[in-house]
Amino acid sequence: MTPSMVFTQNGGTLSLREIPQHAPDRFAQALLSALSGGWRVVSYFGVQAEDGVRLYCLLSFKSHATIGVMSTLVTGKSFYSLTDEAPQLHLFEREIAEQFSLDPEGHPWPKPVRFAPALGSLPGSAPHRPPTIGIMDFYRVEGDEVHEVAVGPVHAGIIEPGHFRFQCFGEEVMHLEVSLGYQHRGVERMMQGRPGERMRKLAETMAGDTTIGHGTAYAMIVEALASTAPPARAQAVRGIALELERLANHTGDLGAISGDVGYLPTASFCGRIRGDFLNMTAGICGSRFGRDLVVPGGVAFDLSADGARQLADRIRTARDEVTNAIDLLWDTPSVLARLEGTGVVSEQTALELGLVGPAARASGLNRDIRRDHPFGIYSMSQIPVETGKSGDVYARTMVRWLEMEKSLDFIEEQLAQLPGGATRRAVGEVSAECLAVALTEGWRGEVCHVALTDARGAFSRYKVTDPSFHNWSGLAMALRGGQISDFPLCNKSFNLSYCGVDL
Amino acid sequence: MIDTIFHMALVLAMPPLLLGVIGKTKAAFAGRVGAPFLQPYYDMGRLMQKGIVLSDSTTWIFRAGPVVTLAATLFASLLVPLGRHAAPISFEGDMILFAYLFALGRFFTTTAALDTASSFEGMGAAREVTFSCLAEPTLFFALITLTRLSGTMSLTPMLQHVTLSVWLATGAALILLLAGLFVVVLAENCRIPFDDPNTHLELTMIHEVMVLDHSGPYFCCILYGAALKLYLLGALFVNIALPFSSGNGYLDWGIFACGMLGLAVAIGVVESVMARLRLIRVPQLLVAALILTAFSLVLVVR
Repeated sequence: MTPSMVFTQNGGTLSLREIPQHAPDRFAQALLSALSGGWRVVSYFGVQAEDGVRLYCLLSFKSHATIGVMSTLVTGKSFYSLTDEAPQLHLFEREIAEQFSLDPEGHPWPKPVRFAPALGSLPGSAPHRPPTIGIMDFYRVEGDEVHEVAVGPVHAGIIEPGHFRFQCFGEEVMHLEVSLGYQHRGVERMMQGRPGERMRKLAETMAGDTTIGHGTAYAMIVEALASTAPPARAQAVRGIALELERLANHTGDLGAISGDVGYLPTASFCGRIRGDFLNMTAGICGSRFGRDLVVPGGVAFDLSADGARQLADRIRTARDEVTNAIDLLWDTPSVLARLEGTGVVSEQTALELGLVGPAARASGLNRDIRRDHPFGIYSMSQIPVETGKSGDVYARTMVRWLEMEKSLDFIEEQLAQLPGGATRRAVGEVSAECLAVALTEGWRGEVCHVALTDARGAFSRYKVTDPSFHNWSGLAMALRGGQISDFPLCNKSFNLSYCGVDL
Repeated sequence: MIDTIFHMALVLAMPPLLLGVIGKTKAAFAGRVGAPFLQPYYDMGRLMQKGIVLSDSTTWIFRAGPVVTLAATLFASLLVPLGRHAAPISFEGDMILFAYLFALGRFFTTTAALDTASSFEGMGAAREVTFSCLAEPTLFFALITLTRLSGTMSLTPMLQHVTLSVWLATGAALILLLAGLFVVVLAENCRIPFDDPNTHLELTMIHEVMVLDHSGPYFCCILYGAALKLYLLGALFVNIALPFSSGNGYLDWGIFACGMLGLAVAIGVVESVMARLRLIRVPQLLVAALILTAFSLVLVVR
């Protein structure tokens, strides 16, 4: 009997031949028993094969920093849906179903995730036509006093498009359904082919505010496939850039949360300080979002001794300013009254839905890729993981702030002990017929890139899982039983990406 | 005659300035420069030059909403004395007309909101009506307390009755009354902590969400009417809070105008130092205000 999965680690590769291919029922069994044994799905996707559609599932086991891979071949029109037993799979299964025109057998809510043409289909059968954009059935609650509120996809603010359908009883939300797909760009399709400059740029824009997170994951994929290890100095610069990205976005989020509760001082201060953090990234590479900084093999820009000293100074100033601005929040009872108990996601729900990042940590789940599957500089230098307990907006706010403190410490520590040497190493040829996996902890949570190469060393499939993909259902659950007027606040406390899901 | 001219000039020209002062105060707290004091006037001027977009599904009620509301508020402005000067119109029982002119305006605003059949505006209308039900008794308790003190049911003699000597005699009752009235000023005018006039989030708004579909001059009517309402309820507050009379008529106008600006600063400070209440907590604060004014009546009656 073949083992249920093969193991690798973050930034590792496997030859496609090594990966066990199970019969569909054994695959379902192995997947379920792994999930009940403490494994967690990081990616689950289909690949067009000659004789059917091959499904790959990647799982993470945090205490051993192990990533397990298993696969199955679907030759019939349907595959087993495990959503009933493992809700964290629900969106992955819907995605596989629509990308390969399959039927998720037993899925409780099979509907489109996006409105894009299929990536492939079973040999001999034509792919399904994509659904008309925005036309679909929504979950409905019947009753005389139940009313439905539809928000979006066009919103009043300057935000991304997405549709939210509330089933309300008075002011109480009984159910919220989030429907995305309006931002689909066909990123996964464009990522097929030979790795190169164009793909690196594409990876950086998968979710524009996670440029370093996605950019680093892409670089790790190419480095893994080419067996190149970037120099230590490059790893340190990548780490600093990733933490600066976290600082900028967390500061922006804390400001937006206080703006939403109508508390202006923190909102205004944070708006400016976010710009300071972005400018620090610009100080390293010339782009406020860190575009073109991370390249396969290292980083494209070095941090001079002078630049490092200046950055350390700016970090010190920013730390004082941001501490003052955020302390105002904790010192204002009316703000705390607004945050506490709003939008609660229980630890159990977070675990079942497979939430990641600050949202998961606020519910008490102790997961962080920087510690569980350390990559780059984080395998040298530990960064403490902060968790909350209550799972409400307050916890998500607090966890962000605690993470910012740790990021500031981390950057100061790295700047004080920057390794010498080169910042970039030449990258060799990409190996053929391999699977490579890279996980990074972006500011929203776990960013997962998986690449499969063909016989010529080109990507035959490039699968991206943005943290938002895991977390949108967390937002829906946070609203259940809550007040509809709390939705904007809950939404800010998650601050998820639309284009990261729509890809 | 000269007083009536002053009265009309202040009531017509000054209300948007209060919004400008509130905005500046909030900006100062947030460390920003802020929009100019006269920005609300520029905004209204800009709106007057714009066209109007009307939804096919709306009826005359939608168009009547802003006009009736503004007309009712303008009429109410004739009933409130400003400072130590009598109102242009004053008769026994005008305080009830004053309160229900606002109710008339609210009725038309909410029906116009329902007329659009938008789920957001329906929610806003439901919230507005619920909360004003709780704010109205507070206003009446305050007015009844004043009636008891002055022995009249007309706003002008009632408010002019409150002098320094009355304050010395029944200060405790008047402080409670003012506290309740301040809450009503904030609640009726959709200020923080009840509503956030600056938000663009449809799901959390109360008043702003009801007027989302209005545009151009209609929206200008709404903005101006809202500023006027703030001005009138504020005038009620300032009349009681500043019981001084200098004897010089012109100086009294100045004192009153400064009192109004001071109130705007106070509102700006409140908006800067506290967050919005959760929507389900709003009735609790309104009931607290009701109890304050009820106590002030008890103190006066005992």
